[in-house]
Amino acid sequence: MSVSGLFILLIAGVAGWWFFARQLTAKPWDKAQRETDDRYAGGVSLTLVPERIGLWVLLAVVTSFFGLFISAYSMRMMLADWAPLSDPNLLWLNTLLLFLSSGAFQWTRSAAERGDAARTRLGLVVAGLFAFAFLAGQFQAWDELNASGQYLGSDAAIAFFYLLTGLHALHVLGGLVVWGKTTVRMWIAGSEPGDVRLSVQLCTVYWHFLLVVWLVLFALLLTT
Amino acid sequence: MAYVAIADRDVHPHDPTTFITKYIWSQDHKVIAIQYSLTAIAVGLVALVLSGMMRLQLGFPDTFALITPNNYLQFITMHGMIMVIYLLTALFLGGFGNYLIPLMLGSRDMVFPYLNMLSYWVYLLAVIVLMASFFVPGGPTGAGWTLYPPQAILPGTAGASWGILLMLASLGIFIVAFTMGGLNYVTTVLQARCRGMTFMRMPLSVWGIFMATILGLLAFPALLVSAIMMTLDSLLGTSFFMPAIVSMGEPVDQKGGSPVLFQHLFWFFGHPEVYIVALPAFGIVSDLLSCHARKNIFGYRMMVWAILAIGALSFVVWAHHMYVSGMNPYFGFFFATTTLIIAVPTAIKVYNWVLTLWHGDIHLRVPMLFAIGFIFTFIHGGLTGLFLGNVTVDLPLSDTYFVVAHFHMVMGVSPILVVFGAIYHWYPKITGKMYNETLGKWHFWLTFLGTYSIYLPMHYLGILGVPRRYFALGDTAFIPDSVGSINESITISALIVAVVQLIFLFNMVWSLIKGKEAGPNPWGATTLEWQTPDTPPKHGNWGHRLPEVYRWAYDYSVPGATADFIPQNEPVDPALGAGRDHGHVT
Repeated sequence: MSVSGLFILLIAGVAGWWFFARQLTAKPWDKAQRETDDRYAGGVSLTLVPERIGLWVLLAVVTSFFGLFISAYSMRMMLADWAPLSDPNLLWLNTLLLFLSSGAFQWTRSAAERGDAARTRLGLVVAGLFAFAFLAGQFQAWDELNASGQYLGSDAAIAFFYLLTGLHALHVLGGLVVWGKTTVRMWIAGSEPGDVRLSVQLCTVYWHFLLVVWLVLFALLLTT
Repeated sequence: MAYVAIADRDVHPHDPTTFITKYIWSQDHKVIAIQYSLTAIAVGLVALVLSGMMRLQLGFPDTFALITPNNYLQFITMHGMIMVIYLLTALFLGGFGNYLIPLMLGSRDMVFPYLNMLSYWVYLLAVIVLMASFFVPGGPTGAGWTLYPPQAILPGTAGASWGILLMLASLGIFIVAFTMGGLNYVTTVLQARCRGMTFMRMPLSVWGIFMATILGLLAFPALLVSAIMMTLDSLLGTSFFMPAIVSMGEPVDQKGGSPVLFQHLFWFFGHPEVYIVALPAFGIVSDLLSCHARKNIFGYRMMVWAILAIGALSFVVWAHHMYVSGMNPYFGFFFATTTLIIAVPTAIKVYNWVLTLWHGDIHLRVPMLFAIGFIFTFIHGGLTGLFLGNVTVDLPLSDTYFVVAHFHMVMGVSPILVVFGAIYHWYPKITGKMYNETLGKWHFWLTFLGTYSIYLPMHYLGILGVPRRYFALGDTAFIPDSVGSINESITISALIVAVVQLIFLFNMVWSLIKGKEAGPNPWGATTLEWQTPDTPPKHGNWGHRLPEVYRWAYDYSVPGATADFIPQNEPVDPALGAGRDHGHVT
């Protein structure tokens, strides 16, 4: 829990510094301050698009969510009955697939930003296929564990394995909904790269984020 | 260009045309706010009735055969959970947050209106799932609002089969709803302020709601995590929280889990939750006091910093709820220290409220009465918090009525007084009508004095050692007979206070039909929501042009000014306002 506490203080600190540091000392009742504010107040709202801020706020929430799971994991791990799990080797391949998916999104993003319609279309499909392959791989890993008689209820380490990988997969699935809408717009509705640029950018950020979350989870599962 | 384009980018993005899109399936933040508020108040009335049932049992034991021990525990659980989450959190953030943020910041709506609408309907679903637990076999869960395992999911507890699962599901759904709303509130504050509205010109109501939303977004996941893990423990036999235990003579299948792990997760959410409720109340009460005392808020910057400091500190005090759960004494020392530190910014706020009243031109209208009442109850509950924050004092008092008295004063009565004050304050803007002042004053005095006659004696009961959560006290040597009479008197007060709320409901409905027209700014308030072209504000809030802000929110009784207030959107020098180069960003 102290891990989460520190983490949240860190987020709060960074956010505080990022958004407010310069303004929190302003004296709004002061005449000189008022003149400054009136002259420059046009610049106070951030120039980012609201959707982008919304995504970053959501990522903070999801980070808190997984961070708390990791806290719970590390506390449960200390208890007497913890038996480390031998993770399926398939996870290495899945990690590679998620890497490729994330990379493909990065490639698509630069194509969309250049206005290259053909590559945007291609990139979207490739990124999506890798993501689906990742999910299929995760499913296969659960299947292997199940087949070897390691069920959700049999042991805390196994339960955490299913839970963490499952929740991560759900987040990938959620991202794929947005990916699906974007891909349909590009392939069927005939949108230009400029129309989907924001969606592709947001998807890319989200995918990189999920990759980082996965790497942390994977490292945790492997080492304990 | 960028600035105006952002604030004004959706002039009429979703102009409602039919009755349904206007009032039911609405994306207008004001309609959503009213939907949130009415639902929260309705479900709060259920919780009020439950508390009345509990008091009947405590005041007159052996009289009401229909209240069984299990019922009693179910009432406790549902009363607590509904009041904290489904009433207060939803009302302050979903209700006041939705109504006030766009209006106070001079924007047309929330930045994601569709998500905002979805947030309400998902919240309603959470309420329905929760209410459904009254009708399932076994009834709602009786585990206490903290839902501690293992007892929450063992067969000895009421509602261990269906009730607890519906409770956990409902909490999960609520968190999804809150996250959708919270993304909106945060992004709107960061992104959709009108021209001239710097952070330090925002009214304190917005600051309080903004910080509370951030706390909620980071803390609610802890509740979600524990709800998911407890659901799995209950349904699929995992042992995250379940230790090896003998239940009803049978050993359970699970082993090795840690109930204390649940408590950590729960209170990592539970303590910030106190401030999720308190910070909006702090903010709103600051604005009420300043407006009705016709005086600027004392120490505005300090108030903002205190809100931020309380928000950050609220994440490192959670284990003071767990002094009796068995922990390393050094841990207890750490958490007692942080708990006492958080009293500092809180005390700064209290001093500033009192100093705002000092030499003010105080108008004792109904909202002001409630705001001043809040200062009393909050100081009262805050001081008992200093007792309980210390480990050695907490240990003997922890399981007594002292704690019940403390938390009801500090996060039950106090925020509710602010809710009432805020409803009376903004009622003229929301409905366009004025409430009945006499009924409002009766409502205030009966509620305020009534709650004191409920909770003041409870402190005494607690110091006597009367344990909380008990269905009946029975014959115990250390409990004198007078406890029975005190309990009777508390029950009678509680029933009176409950019935008095009908005056409030009547006033609200009657004034809606028969109330006088209130006019656009009956209080002479400076903040933007009172400067709208229409009252009640129409869809899009501001007509054709967004307001521009030239001053902070507290220009009351400015020396040399003609009126005793200057609205935020009034230019310092009229020539400056008229001659502005719109859309130009330096």
